[in-house]
Amino acid sequence: MNHPDFLKMVSPFIDKVFRLAKRLLISREEAEDATQELLFKLWKSKEKISDYKNIEAFAMTMTKNYCYDRLKSKQASNLTLVHTNYKEKETPLDKKVEDQDSVNLVHVLIENLPLQQKTIIQLRDIEQYDFDEICKMVAMKPTAVRVALSRARKTIREALIKKHNYGVS
Amino acid sequence: MELANIEKLVEKYLNAETTLHDEKTLRKYFKEGIVPPHLLEYAYLFSYFANTKDETFAKTIELEPKKFKKSTVKWFSIAASIVLLFSIFIGEQAYKRHQAKKQFEQISKGLRLLSLNLKKGEVAVSSLYVYENTEKNTVK
Repeated sequence: MNHPDFLKMVSPFIDKVFRLAKRLLISREEAEDATQELLFKLWKSKEKISDYKNIEAFAMTMTKNYCYDRLKSKQASNLTLVHTNYKEKETPLDKKVEDQDSVNLVHVLIENLPLQQKTIIQLRDIEQYDFDEICKMVAMKPTAVRVALSRARKTIREALIKKHNYGVS
Repeated sequence: MELANIEKLVEKYLNAETTLHDEKTLRKYFKEGIVPPHLLEYAYLFSYFANTKDETFAKTIELEPKKFKKSTVKWFSIAASIVLLFSIFIGEQAYKRHQAKKQFEQISKGLRLLSLNLKKGEVAVSSLYVYENTEKNTVK
């Protein structure tokens, strides 16, 4: 397998890998490093992985594991875990600034979720993987995945309602 | 889609019982439809999800980091060995100098002792001369 073939193979999911890494590691630079690292690893074992049926799921699992390791390692404890300036790229003109704040709030709310819930909500609600794939990626049972996802969604919703009511009254 | 159906779907969504197809319906509804106030939070949620999916990996992909890494490691080791050799060399010289200084000090100490004792002898001998002279004088 040569470079163009490899790039063709990985291009459908590079962005997904990057977004997952960014969700977990928060900083953009860290996420870029993680993505790059994953690509090196895949490139190195390119002969082996070409037999895999689902390289994408494999890559997502590796990303998840890599990010968890990074978070556990000492190096990551030096990371500045601050909320990076999150900006909306395409803001529909008819939306109010207030709405935009609430949308940005979702980002912070997800950031504050437990690691596992964060991962699962990223995989499901943003990347839209089906449950079977998510189970494999996070190495959890379907019921556990559903419970975590449900909890994450409810937490975010309640926080949003709270914010909304507070703002109105 | 009817509001009642959406409400049902939202309930299922919260319990993580929706299928990908259901979620697609929800996304579409909250993107296009006029959202009633009691479901507004979902509009924020889904609009955030949609926005986030636009983010892409913008850096260029490098596949051969190895060469660069290996060569830096090599150069580092070369530099380190040069520094090591140099410091051994310097250290040895300093040690030799230190050793010579110590020897010099020992020798000069010995010589000082020697001269001190010789002086003592000289004083004693000179007093002897004095004694002898007086003795001669008295005998005469």
